[in-house]
Formats: sequence, C-alpha cells, structure tokens
Amino acid sequence: MKKLFVPLAVATAAMFAAAPIAIAKADYESTMLLVQKIFYFHFATWMAMTLAIAICGVASVVYLFAGSKIADWYAVASAELVVVFGLFGLFSGSLWGRKAWGVWWQWDARVTMATMLVLVFLGYLMVRKYGGPGSEKLAAAMGIFGAATAPFVYKSVDWWRTIHPQTTVMKTLGEKWPGAWYLVLFCSAAFVLLTVLVLTARVHLEAMRSRLDDMYLAAED
Amino acid sequence: MTGFLVAVLQQIPEGFAPVTGGPQVEQIPAGPLVVASYAFFLLLMVFYLWTIWRRIGKVETEMRALEHRQGEKR
Repeated sequence: MKKLFVPLAVATAAMFAAAPIAIAKADYESTMLLVQKIFYFHFATWMAMTLAIAICGVASVVYLFAGSKIADWYAVASAELVVVFGLFGLFSGSLWGRKAWGVWWQWDARVTMATMLVLVFLGYLMVRKYGGPGSEKLAAAMGIFGAATAPFVYKSVDWWRTIHPQTTVMKTLGEKWPGAWYLVLFCSAAFVLLTVLVLTARVHLEAMRSRLDDMYLAAED
Repeated sequence: MTGFLVAVLQQIPEGFAPVTGGPQVEQIPAGPLVVASYAFFLLLMVFYLWTIWRRIGKVETEMRALEHRQGEKR
C-alpha cells in the first residue's frame, strides 16, 4: 500500500479537481434545477460512509472474537470516517432541503435515522476516548450494532412515508439520465478512493500509537 | 376533481429527469446553497486531514523524546 499511496493520492486529487467542473457543466434537473447539483457529492458521501460502516462492522467483529489488534485499528479509523462523512451528508442534505422542501431540517424517517446512525458512531469515538481500560471491546460492540443499523437507514425511505426521495431514484437514473448516472458514479469512485487513502493514513496513526505504547512498556522493564 | 388530480400527479416525473424545454426561473436562489455545500466539504476534509497530520506529528515527537531519554539513561 505504501508504494500505491502516492499514485492513488494524485489520482484522487485529480478526480476531486475534475468533479466540480463536470458537476458545473451537467444539465439541470427538471424540477429542482441548480440545487440538485448538491446530489453528486451528497450521494457519494453516503456511499463512502456505507463503506466505512461496513469496514468498522467487520473489523469490530474480528477484534471482538479474534482479538486482532490490527482489526481494532481499522475499526476506530473507519468509525472516525463515518462521523466525518455523516456530518457532510447531513449538512449537504440540509442545504438541499432548504430549497427542495422549503425547510433547513425535516424530522422525516431517513433524515432522523441517518442522524441517529452518525450519533452511534460519535458515541463509539467517545467511548474510545473517555471509556478507560477495556473501552475497545465496548466500542467494538457499538460498531457492530451501528453497522447493523445501516440497512434500516437505507430502506427507511421505502418502508415509511417520507419526503426524502426513494431508493428507486438511483435504480432508474442510469436509464432516464445517463449523464447524471455516470457523473455520480465518478464522484462515488473519488469518494471511495478518498476513503481508502484517509483510512490508510489513520490506521498508520493507530499503528504508531501502538508502537509508542510498546516503547513505553519496554522502557519501564 | 379526482380526474384533475390524477392528471396532475401523472405529470410529475418519477425520479430525476433532465430539463427538456426552455430556461426555468429559480424562486429561492440555489447558488449559495450549492457553493456552501461544496465549500463545507472542502473545509471539513482539509480540517480532518490536518488533525491526522497533527496527531501523527505528536506521536513522532513523543517517540523521539522517549528514544532520547532512553539514550541518555544508557
């Protein structure tokens, strides 16, 4: 990964430089017009967040049942990314809602559940920081249940009456509007690459912290 | 009345659909909202990457200090 890091970072930076230009040039949507352009990063950030949630969930299971230290590094690193992407997703959704729904915030099923999901992972990070010895295992349980909540957030728009667009929007986008479909795929790919890169850097930090702990233990002996 | 409502509802497209006619007028300016959204993402990512860089720097400094103390003891 060390050899790939720099080329991947350059590719990701190029993609993030090109994305706003492509988004600016994209056609307007017929009912929402300009504000719909928030969609390209809004959707992509939820994709990146979903990836981070999946990594946190799997890594938490591995840490809890196999005791792998490396899995724990991945769990805490990805939980942090869930919070960062979640904050952007909620913020961009609020701005979009201001225009599309006429309000900054709406307590509908999708928005409320997404907020709760971000709060679960914020709780994960707080348990890690302030929970004291053994908090890693408690946090891992939170990571597993946080990941288990994600499918309910995704399906919330189909199961409950909500003003948020349903999941069918994405299923029919490729057929109805290929230009927007390819652009959202491009943005999602950029976000996935960003997730991989930031996760690598964040895991590196956890590895260094672990090495420092070992050095302190060796110094005490 | 029911027929009218059905006709109106049938005109609403399901999912996203591109503009096909002439230019349409914005009622609430969307430009600042779009710009704020993308600017917030940029600031958030720059801030988050800076916190990672700062934390790595702190651990490196602590490692060097510990190595230095260990070297002095020997």
